Amino acid sequence: MNLGPHADFIIAAYAVTAVVVAALIAWVVLDYSAQRRILGDLDDRGITRRAQRKTGS
Amino acid sequence: MAVIDLANPARFLSIVNRVLPWLAAATIILFAVGLYRAMNAPDDYQQGATVKIMFLHVPAAWLGMFGWGVMCVAALGTLVWRHPLADVAGKAAAPIGAAFTFICLVTGSLWGRPTWGTYWVWDARLTSMLVLLLLYLGVLALYWTAEEPGRGARAAAILSLVGAVNLPIIKFSVDWWNTLHQPASVFRMGGSTIDPALLSPLLIMAFAFTLLFMTLHLAVMRNEIFRRRVRSMRLMQAQELAEAHP
Repeated sequence: MNLGPHADFIIAAYAVTAVVVAALIAWVVLDYSAQRRILGDLDDRGITRRAQRKTGS
Repeated sequence: MAVIDLANPARFLSIVNRVLPWLAAATIILFAVGLYRAMNAPDDYQQGATVKIMFLHVPAAWLGMFGWGVMCVAALGTLVWRHPLADVAGKAAAPIGAAFTFICLVTGSLWGRPTWGTYWVWDARLTSMLVLLLLYLGVLALYWTAEEPGRGARAAAILSLVGAVNLPIIKFSVDWWNTLHQPASVFRMGGSTIDPALLSPLLIMAFAFTLLFMTLHLAVMRNEIFRRRVRSMRLMQAQELAEAHP
């Protein structure tokens, strides 16, 4: 594959896109782990939501 | 299953947990096919290999606008029906839409330098797209800085609906004003002007980016529901402590 005389621009465009998408995915995955961990901690301390108390689950 | 069932956060979470792995797998497969087709697409007779930037730039532009459309529908749900999931959907779409708009602006700039001779020009299409990014940042600021989430959600919903006026400006800017940016070449009266050898990888990449948007949107919505649960549990804990030690 020959990217021609403007290869730097093409590679930069794909690199920027990859970095932004990777950052988005990393943020989503790390945020998911963090929220699950906090919910687990609260659950371990016996703190439950009102809805859970009503259903007894 | 009735649509109203989806409006229950617990039911929504159970559906998301089942759908998300399949959606992520479909996104990866479609990106693999799309990137392979994009890398093997022929060069443009005028732009040469720089046309490969189109496979990122155009889908990112579409999804930047699509994200704002999602926020507008969610804003109606927040303001009219006052449904908490609508607010969750709007808040989740904002950072993803902002990221795609940013990708559109950067890749457009990198495409513009070799084809137009400049990274940036204040023409109507580029400027209205920059305004879209600033609007996204405004919505994110409202969500992140509001002390009371409900108030932030309502303000963000109003800004989403007001900002929707920018969408037709972006779309028709190339027709209404004399711009350096080319006019519409995919969705236009009389059919696409793009050669099928370039159009088919473009559409595959657009579909892949759309699936990526949907996957990320559902995942961010799930995180936001968890975040709200944490908040409500902490508030209950504080309330109980206050009642125990008046």
